[in-house]
Amino acid sequence: MVRFSGVHLTYGNGTKAIKGIDFRVDDGEFIFLIGPSGSGKSTIVKLITGELRPTHGRVIVNGFNVGSLRQSVIPKLRRTVGVIFQDFRLIEKKTVYENVEFAMRVIGADRRNIKERVPVILDLVGLSHKKNRFPHELSGGEQQRVAIARALINNPRTIIADEPTGNLDPVRSKEIIYLLEKINSLGTTVITVTHERDIVNSLSKRVIAIDGGRIISDQIGGYFAL
Amino acid sequence: MKGYDFLYFFREGVKSIFSHGFMSFAAVSVILACLLIIGSFTLLSMNIDMIVSEAESSTEIIAFVDEKLSLSEARSIGSRINRIENVANSIFVTRDQAFEEYTEELGEDSYLLEGLEDEPILRHRYRIFIEDVSLTEETSNKIYSIPGIARVNPSLEISQAIVNFKNILSAVTYILAAILVGVSVFIISNTVKLTTFDRRDEIAIMKMVGATNAFIRWPFVFEGFILGTLGGSLAFGAQWLIYNYTVDKISVGQTLINLVDFQTIAVPMLVLFIIAGFIVGIGGSVLTIRKFMKV
Repeated sequence: MVRFSGVHLTYGNGTKAIKGIDFRVDDGEFIFLIGPSGSGKSTIVKLITGELRPTHGRVIVNGFNVGSLRQSVIPKLRRTVGVIFQDFRLIEKKTVYENVEFAMRVIGADRRNIKERVPVILDLVGLSHKKNRFPHELSGGEQQRVAIARALINNPRTIIADEPTGNLDPVRSKEIIYLLEKINSLGTTVITVTHERDIVNSLSKRVIAIDGGRIISDQIGGYFAL
Repeated sequence: MKGYDFLYFFREGVKSIFSHGFMSFAAVSVILACLLIIGSFTLLSMNIDMIVSEAESSTEIIAFVDEKLSLSEARSIGSRINRIENVANSIFVTRDQAFEEYTEELGEDSYLLEGLEDEPILRHRYRIFIEDVSLTEETSNKIYSIPGIARVNPSLEISQAIVNFKNILSAVTYILAAILVGVSVFIISNTVKLTTFDRRDEIAIMKMVGATNAFIRWPFVFEGFILGTLGGSLAFGAQWLIYNYTVDKISVGQTLINLVDFQTIAVPMLVLFIIAGFIVGIGGSVLTIRKFMKV
């Protein structure tokens, strides 16, 4: 569960990125977070992952109060949230298998568990046959699927996809959204940040629209009319 | 969270050395070059110090015994001289021995001394060797205060010259060593910064999937350890080869100068080089990745 209550965030240079936001995403939901560039979408993602702390208000993510979290506890918060980025952020020197495997290493999983789970997740994203390839040997869509596999490997309660289709063509974009829906159907909360009208409009999901650091609409099946 | 898999960290460290091959090569080369420069300079100053020490130990004070004293009385003064602080040892020279030495010294002109063999023209004397030449004057005064010593010839100019040279040498050694260490630290830290800067994205990704700082740090620790130890060991090997080659070249055709034998300092030098490489390798990488951890 992700909950924002009266959240404000002002950067060190005085820029007010978030100006009093309240919303709640329950476990198992699939939502779109939409808005133009500079509207505050990325700031919300950073607040959820503990990269930023609210200046005022409360941000609760999977039981962690981000505002009062000690630095040493942040890794624990991040293990409950899988993040997918527009630019994939894979480690170039690691193979597909190793990119997914190291996320399990991070939480101290033993070798037997790693050997069992990584092939299952690679199979889920359809990349079992490319497990020994390096990121630069894959297409954009395939790289994003590796990123999704990495985000999923530790069975997080929430997945945040920050512009996951921004670097992909329409066909690959639909594949990725389909994959995210599939993950959601297995019980994981999915928050997808996007500004791609077609994708949002093609699905009947809850849409939270942000502009100028404020929520301007929050409705199920919301039409992307920004 | 279960215990860390150190075998994994070690493997990751080794893999990283090869996957960032050029930066690893640069780090080892810089550690090697800096240690080699510092090592060569240290050996040079050790050798100069040894040569100066030899000159120091051959510096002597001549103490002339009052001619009124008998031979046995003159000999008895020796124990009092040896008890003086800073006196390493003394040799008693009778007037007959001194006459022979003087005759030898004169060589072709020794005819000047003919007929004087039985005349008491020279005094009994002590050749006194001291430990610290900087205290020559003070020691001479103490010797002169012994009853029966008529005159002391302390060769103050030579002593002073040695003392001055040693003082200049040690000042230059400290200044140059400080500069070299400073330059080395600067170069090494910049090289390490460059290698870790190369991996800031990797660190950011690790943080994003929930890695603790310790988890991120361990492979860097192993990598720094391996590179540092390798750099230190290679520097030691290169130092050994270069030094022995140089000593061989200098020693050809002359035996006047004794140089430091590398074998006598090999073990401490190896230990110091490896420790230095180890500290620079681990310390450098751990300190530099700190700023990339704040994500």
